[in-house]
Amino acid sequence: MPIKITDLNYVYSAGTPFAKHALKNINLEIPDGEFWGVIGHTGSGKSTLFAHLNALTRIQSGTIEIDEFRLVGNGGKKPKRKHRPDYKALRARVGMVFQYPEYQLFAETVREDVAFGAKNIGIKGDELDTRVKSAIEMVGLDYADVAERSPFDLSGGQKRRVALAGVLAMHPKILVLDEPTAGLDPRGKRDILNLITEIKSALCPTVIMISHNMDEVAEYCDKIAVMANGELKFVSTPRELFSRADTLEELHIETPCVTALARELNGRGLNVSVAALTEDELVEEILRAKGANA
Amino acid sequence: MLQLSDVKYVYNAGAEDEKTALGGVSLSVKEGEFVALVGHNGSGKSTLAKLFNGLILPTEGSVRVRGMDTADKKNLFDIRKTVGVVFQNPDNQMVASIIEDDVAFGPENLGLPSAEISERVQWALESVGMQDHRRGTPFRLSGGQKQRIAIAGVLAIKPRVMVLDESTAMLDPIGREEVMKVITRLNREEHMTVIMITHFMEEAALADRIIVMRNGLVAGEGGKEIFSNRELIESAGLELPLAARVAMRLREKGLKIDGDITLPEELVDALCR
Amino acid sequence: MKDVSFGQYYPVESPVHRLDPRVKLLSVVLYIVGIFFIQKFIGFAVVALFLLVAIACSRVPLMKVLRSVRAVLFLVLFTAIISVLFYSGGGEEPLWAWGIIKIYKGGLLSAARMALRLVFLVLGPSLLTLTTTPVELTDGLESLLKPLALIKLPVHELAIIMSIALRLIPTLTEETEKIMNAQKARCADFDTGNIFKRAKSLIPILIPLFVSSFRRADELADAMDSRCYRGAKGRTRMRVLKLRFRDFVAAFVMLALFFVILVLRYNWFGLGFINLLV
Repeated sequence: MPIKITDLNYVYSAGTPFAKHALKNINLEIPDGEFWGVIGHTGSGKSTLFAHLNALTRIQSGTIEIDEFRLVGNGGKKPKRKHRPDYKALRARVGMVFQYPEYQLFAETVREDVAFGAKNIGIKGDELDTRVKSAIEMVGLDYADVAERSPFDLSGGQKRRVALAGVLAMHPKILVLDEPTAGLDPRGKRDILNLITEIKSALCPTVIMISHNMDEVAEYCDKIAVMANGELKFVSTPRELFSRADTLEELHIETPCVTALARELNGRGLNVSVAALTEDELVEEILRAKGANA
Repeated sequence: MLQLSDVKYVYNAGAEDEKTALGGVSLSVKEGEFVALVGHNGSGKSTLAKLFNGLILPTEGSVRVRGMDTADKKNLFDIRKTVGVVFQNPDNQMVASIIEDDVAFGPENLGLPSAEISERVQWALESVGMQDHRRGTPFRLSGGQKQRIAIAGVLAIKPRVMVLDESTAMLDPIGREEVMKVITRLNREEHMTVIMITHFMEEAALADRIIVMRNGLVAGEGGKEIFSNRELIESAGLELPLAARVAMRLREKGLKIDGDITLPEELVDALCR
Repeated sequence: MKDVSFGQYYPVESPVHRLDPRVKLLSVVLYIVGIFFIQKFIGFAVVALFLLVAIACSRVPLMKVLRSVRAVLFLVLFTAIISVLFYSGGGEEPLWAWGIIKIYKGGLLSAARMALRLVFLVLGPSLLTLTTTPVELTDGLESLLKPLALIKLPVHELAIIMSIALRLIPTLTEETEKIMNAQKARCADFDTGNIFKRAKSLIPILIPLFVSSFRRADELADAMDSRCYRGAKGRTRMRVLKLRFRDFVAAFVMLALFFVILVLRYNWFGLGFINLLV
């Protein structure tokens, strides 16, 4: 079942001089099995929107439906009893990986830290051990090597993987990641993105990634949602979005490097498609255009 | 201006978990130069930043700033007046909750008279384009704006060398561009010596000289042509800039492209002649 | 959005806001001492009049100032009731009696005095924090305490600590919220179970918070060192507090208020008769 958000509104500090309309009438449907990118500047409301998916932010007005879970706003007050689903089950279904997730590690060993979420939803015994082991392996760490080590002794990149494993051990069906590559070096970035693609095919069919990096979303995502000033401005495939120069300008979105390069070449008379999104495509396009020229 | 001779640095020396961060690095930076230090996380590049102004001292070898040895405690104050460092996380380098107070912190430590401090604060904030926020608080600013405040805080000391220790790593692309604009202007117009530690190759491509670090050693250095050395860049855990990658793959497919390609303009020029 | 660093500062321009923080701090001290000298209701009336004028000058809405009383309302009522019930009378006829509970006129009056004293004790400092930013307060305190550095009190260090604390409180509040959310997303439960279970459930918040606070402290220390920090040695300040005409006026008004309170209390110049009117 898809994620369905209807007429979602959210106001910070309602009724004070600091009130801020953080989400305005959001309507969005995310089908199962897709890789979504959500882009928008700092303060555009994208993080507020996704805190709602996990009921971390109390829904004020509108509804959110995720599988059998249904969240209905009650004007900022505690939702009515019938609209209070099993939050733990919801949070296990929608795995949320925050920005710099390594800062949430706390346990004495990697094994305990990864087990935390799964234990909280009542998994125990052999089932817990299996889940923890497979989650650690899934994020590309050597279980025998790291399981009994303190998470604080690991490198930055390894810590981030441990934090990710902690979410995966709850076996979520939807994975929400807030800037998973922030602060990593180029190789670290690529490794994490490839890892997310693997997780998507092995465990969580639906992935939603908040990102500032247009190159990343252009290359990895099936669909992109653009947020600005609390509004959902645009939903489309990356190819459609990034080939529309006027829309990008209007929404102050940068062009991915590959697309920008393609556009530049095109403007200088080389017949390459301005909708190229990946390096492979661009190389193909240039070769084709050059071949045609020759 | 800045000279490292055979610098070794070992964390927790003598202890069981001792770890060599730098295994013998020699390098020198000339006045007015813009140097980029690149390398993967853990290559020792951030250890270098702390050595430059004597926050840490080399286990072996020496670091000299305009001839002053950082190991001599008497020099430290003058060294820190000469070499300013901007760190990665803007939130962790602000000492005051009002922007002008924060920028004033450095000149206050220099013991300058109040009027001069105020002038320097104004000048530094103008240099980074944040003068309108002088009496504001940093909390509601974007990452790029906060980092520009941090740069102003260092500028107000009027150092000759500015070290940026991955100061753009936590910023979004707009913030990164804001910071890079400020830095290149300082270098080009004010002749500030800049040492930029980064893993963004597009930023490194703006420097006069690029030093590639790998496992605590200098693996290579040179101008932009260094990006044609794919093996070096990749072995250091880095990625070539996009234009260089594309040019390389086109050449592999037999397309003839002249010259070193690192910036998009260069590729466009080479292909659309 | 919350901005803890501003405390309850009410951002408007006013003569009270512009006063030197040292004058304001000393005024509050004098005001508090004054309150303890008041015994008759006329004294409270004088202070109330003074406060009303001061609040009007500060352009802070009256309700905003009065709201600070809410925090101590329970204490005020509690002490008032106790003092009514335990007043022994001293030969006075009770106004009302029921079993062992006897209420005297004197009891009511002393309860009212006690309540008024508490309320006024809260209102003064509250006006100070509404019109003065924590940063100004720190500067003012540092300047006032400077003589104590002569007896080796680390005045400068205390001021730096306060200023950094003010700077870090909002950052750490935000961080705590983030960590709580991250652990909630891992299905952590903070609200159920007995007290031990709840205390234990805080570990996943406290440990990351400690780790990150230490990391921040380390980085901040490096940044301060890099910016030529050597402690108080040779350090000057950009903002030098300077007394202006209005500060002398305010100081004079405060001294006058104190003087009036003393006159009423000790019947100087035979003016105590005013007390008899009330």
